[in-house]
Amino acid sequence: MIVAQRKKIPEIFNVIQEHKSVLVLGCGTCVTVCLAGGEREVSIISSALRIASRKAGKKIKVNEFTIERQCDNVFIEGAAEEIKKNDAVLSLGCGAGVQAIAERYPDTPVYAGLDTAFLGILESRGVWTEKCMQCGTCVLSDFGGICPITRCAKHMLNGPCGGSREDRCEIRADQPCAWQLIYKRLKNIDQLDKIAKEHPIKDWSKSIDGGSRTIIREDHRI
Amino acid sequence: MMSDKTFEPKIIAFCCHYCAYASADLAGSMRLQYPTGVRIIRTPCTGRLEVEYYMRAFENGADGVLVAGCLEGGCHFIEGNLLAKKRVSAIRDILQESGIEKERLRMVNISAAMATNLAAVINEMVNIIKELGPNPIRKINNGPDIEFKEFETLNSQK
Ligand code: SF4
Ligand code: SF4
Repeated sequence: MIVAQRKKIPEIFNVIQEHKSVLVLGCGTCVTVCLAGGEREVSIISSALRIASRKAGKKIKVNEFTIERQCDNVFIEGAAEEIKKNDAVLSLGCGAGVQAIAERYPDTPVYAGLDTAFLGILESRGVWTEKCMQCGTCVLSDFGGICPITRCAKHMLNGPCGGSREDRCEIRADQPCAWQLIYKRLKNIDQLDKIAKEHPIKDWSKSIDGGSRTIIREDHRI
Repeated sequence: MMSDKTFEPKIIAFCCHYCAYASADLAGSMRLQYPTGVRIIRTPCTGRLEVEYYMRAFENGADGVLVAGCLEGGCHFIEGNLLAKKRVSAIRDILQESGIEKERLRMVNISAAMATNLAAVINEMVNIIKELGPNPIRKINNGPDIEFKEFETLNSQK
């Protein structure tokens, strides 16, 4: 899922303060699961903004609404009426959600209430970790399912950098060395021979470095 | 600070049914005194109190919110009070960010027998809030003045 976290209230208030009414728009998918931008967070952030607004001597109307998915037209349409009633939208969706709303409402200012952080998983209650950088050419099968691009600070594809201490990454001691994990995992699943496989220089043009990406499925187009 | 002699703080005290609420009862029978501006609301467990409740209390003009749960290790639901403690700490941050002093929200641990302590904690809280003055949003734009009635409905819904 996409993992995000809320921005601080002063930062949000600063961008919405010129408006008379703002719709705080939640998203019921990824950001609900990572407890950053679902219906409940909409309620909490809206309360905080109403307080901040009154404290600043303003009377900004802060309204609340949440749709199932901000990155999907069908659901965005469901917010049309609410969006029209307000001068601006504070989206609590991920970066994609904010942009989807902004593109569909060219005359309405749309702001981001969250910092979208990464693609990851829920590790344990209240802990989320990054797992994939969406490089565009997945190599997980060669590495026992552990991503050397995302989880090795240097994106090393052909063995560790040599700097790890114990089993820790030399860049961040709170993270395990990805290569240590890869070695253990390949050994466990009896595929240690894969560690000797040579990987050519990665084609980063398939990742974000080649510009923002589009996938077209002709078989699904109408 | 802006202490005003006539200012009688309005404080919501969320008290857990299994401990602090019982001690409030006991405080009553012992005829212990605490200011009238304090409204005690019974909650099944402090862990049941969602972030929204606290935010709404301040948004509606409460001058302070006190949360009283069981002693650590003594929660009827094992760890409700520990969850509440972490939640309260996070809410204090968001309140501070919004412009409400974090001292206006406080959590304490009280057992059912600690009536004297409860009265003392309440009086202490009242003094802290008197020092801080009214909820800052109350004074601006004819801001909200909390109606305790609203919280009574909230309480009876449980
Ligand atoms: S190899 Fe690329 S696509 Fe696969 S998990 Fe790593 S970053 Fe993601
Ligand atoms: S210590 Fe391990 S994870 Fe860290 S940069 Fe080196 S190889 Fe990558």
